[in-house]
Amino acid sequence: MENNFLFDSDLLTETGLKRKHQIETDPSCRINHMEYLPGMDVIDSDIRKCVMEHFDSYDYSKYTAKDVRRALESDRCTIEDFKALLSPAAEPFLEQMAAKAQKETSKHFGNTVYLFTPLYIANYCENYCVYCGFNCYNKIKRLKLDYEQIEHEMKVISDSGMEEILILTGESPSKSDVKYIGEACKIARKYFKMVGIEIYPVNVEDYKYLHECGVDYVTVFQETYDSDKYETLHLMGNKRVWPYRFDSQERALMGGMRGVAFSALLGLSDFRKDALASALHVYFLQRKYPHAEMSLSCPRLRPIINNDTINPLDVGEKQLCQVICAYRIFLPYCGITVSSRETAEFRNGIVKIAATKVSAGVSTGIGDHEEKYTGKQDEETGDEQFEISDGRSLNSMYSDISAEGLQPVFNDYVYVG
Amino acid sequence: MENDKLVIGGKEFDSRFILGSGKYSMKLIEAAVKDAGAQIITLAVRRTNTKDEENILDYIPEGVTLLPNTSGARDAKEAVRIARLARELGCGDFVKIEIMRDSKYLLPDNYETIKATEILAKEGFVVMPYMYPDLNVARELQNVGAATIMPLASPIGSNKGLATKEFIQILIDEIDLPIIVDAGIGKPSQACEAMEMGAAAIMANTALATAGDLTMMASAFKDAIAAGRKAYLAGLGRVLTRGAAASDPLTGFLH
Repeated sequence: MENNFLFDSDLLTETGLKRKHQIETDPSCRINHMEYLPGMDVIDSDIRKCVMEHFDSYDYSKYTAKDVRRALESDRCTIEDFKALLSPAAEPFLEQMAAKAQKETSKHFGNTVYLFTPLYIANYCENYCVYCGFNCYNKIKRLKLDYEQIEHEMKVISDSGMEEILILTGESPSKSDVKYIGEACKIARKYFKMVGIEIYPVNVEDYKYLHECGVDYVTVFQETYDSDKYETLHLMGNKRVWPYRFDSQERALMGGMRGVAFSALLGLSDFRKDALASALHVYFLQRKYPHAEMSLSCPRLRPIINNDTINPLDVGEKQLCQVICAYRIFLPYCGITVSSRETAEFRNGIVKIAATKVSAGVSTGIGDHEEKYTGKQDEETGDEQFEISDGRSLNSMYSDISAEGLQPVFNDYVYVG
Repeated sequence: MENDKLVIGGKEFDSRFILGSGKYSMKLIEAAVKDAGAQIITLAVRRTNTKDEENILDYIPEGVTLLPNTSGARDAKEAVRIARLARELGCGDFVKIEIMRDSKYLLPDNYETIKATEILAKEGFVVMPYMYPDLNVARELQNVGAATIMPLASPIGSNKGLATKEFIQILIDEIDLPIIVDAGIGKPSQACEAMEMGAAAIMANTALATAGDLTMMASAFKDAIAAGRKAYLAGLGRVLTRGAAASDPLTGFLH
């Protein structure tokens, strides 16, 4: 079973359409995805080698119930144990995994759950990633908020009580350059205690600059760690360069960021191998940068505008839960974020087990927070990146989490430069 | 098991027992090598005799790697000086850093140890620092070029065993260097326990030197260390936990 990602927009000219089809069907006209483009930092690091050795040799079919039991009964989780927990052999042990994960979560995080909201400030994009609603060939309403609009959106969000914000853009260095993003972050510092970014990967110097603008957390999703598969999904744009994306978190830490977040987009490729690589990416970087804060997300594929058939294939809720529990047992200190791609029911359940951070009051569109929060509809808005499944407001999220006996937390952080 | 070697500074060892230097006698060295299988023997440079009589260097059998230590050093500067002296004396490139600014408990000074390790590693020594088990210090030692990390189990010469067990375990889990448990191991069972945890080797002296039958104790240590190592490689079995399972399943919400 495969997703059918490709579709054409009626906006394209004949030549444009021809070019699009050529890129889709003829790999030889795409750039080498393993080669850095001019201007991209190449850092001296062995992290990629460490992660990929495990990724390449991981054969999850060889693990048995005995390996899973050993992992569950051990005090500490080795890489081998983790591999067993991610394997199909662990599926019948999901309840035991959840119980163990819950213990680890409460050891490290007590009963707290952090709340944040994402803010998309622009949806222009120069990449052609076939599964993404923002991809440059998708016919959607594009918008880039100006500073005044950004401030207005932030005010609306901040008034709702939120103290942590994640600023996102489409990946267009020409439409949304580092300076523009930096200014947005400076505004965000006025309204929020914690500012994170999820933007296109940049060089160490740029991360340094963004850190000076108030950013302390950088999220970059690798999408898939299978570089061959990656090549077939990211057909155009800077994002096509797989190793540069891989090194993003390390460059961010070199640029002085306090924390970094990782993820594969589950459903794009072999999810067990991608989950393994995501966690090992955290594991090896944590050993190299022990001061850094680490966090994992676990998004699954979602439908997008103009293609409502996209789905996460073999990654059902049970498989997702297994991945999250394995993450927690292997990396007890790591933050785990579960986004509004998942349903309210799933998110209520998973925060009791392993998730430590959830988004609330989410929109993946551009400039529509006021409309969403107050019902006011006179602003121009830009289209969304993907469909969300959990549209709960901050208030309802807060009361749901409290009702589970957990403690919602808005901030536990102070920016010290 | 046959290919299970301890590698330090590019050199391979079959034995995971290292003889310390606190209490020396010809008989002890003999027992350590013959009965405990030691291939590394520590030597306090300050005790090497420059005159002909009773020179410890003469007691060291062939095929045994000499590990000169810097005992007596009170800071990094003195340790560096002693290490260089050892090299001049022909003791090779291995050096164990011991820096004590405390003559009562003889606890190692982690701060000065980092400084000495950095200087000596740059000079090409195979540096094996003795330290109080602190994760940040261990990381720093690794960063500046240590070849192993040698955390203490309890105060030196005390035979009190693994008082710092939790912290040594953290070093074993987090540091990509051989962790050699040094000081305080008093019984074979304690040596075995440290090896089961994943320690790379055990260093002991007083436990043997003060035993009733030196030879027999040396061989008991050899067996205990081998047993612990085997258990570690085999992967320890489960420990049953008491307590009932939760009545409400945690995963009941999944579709």
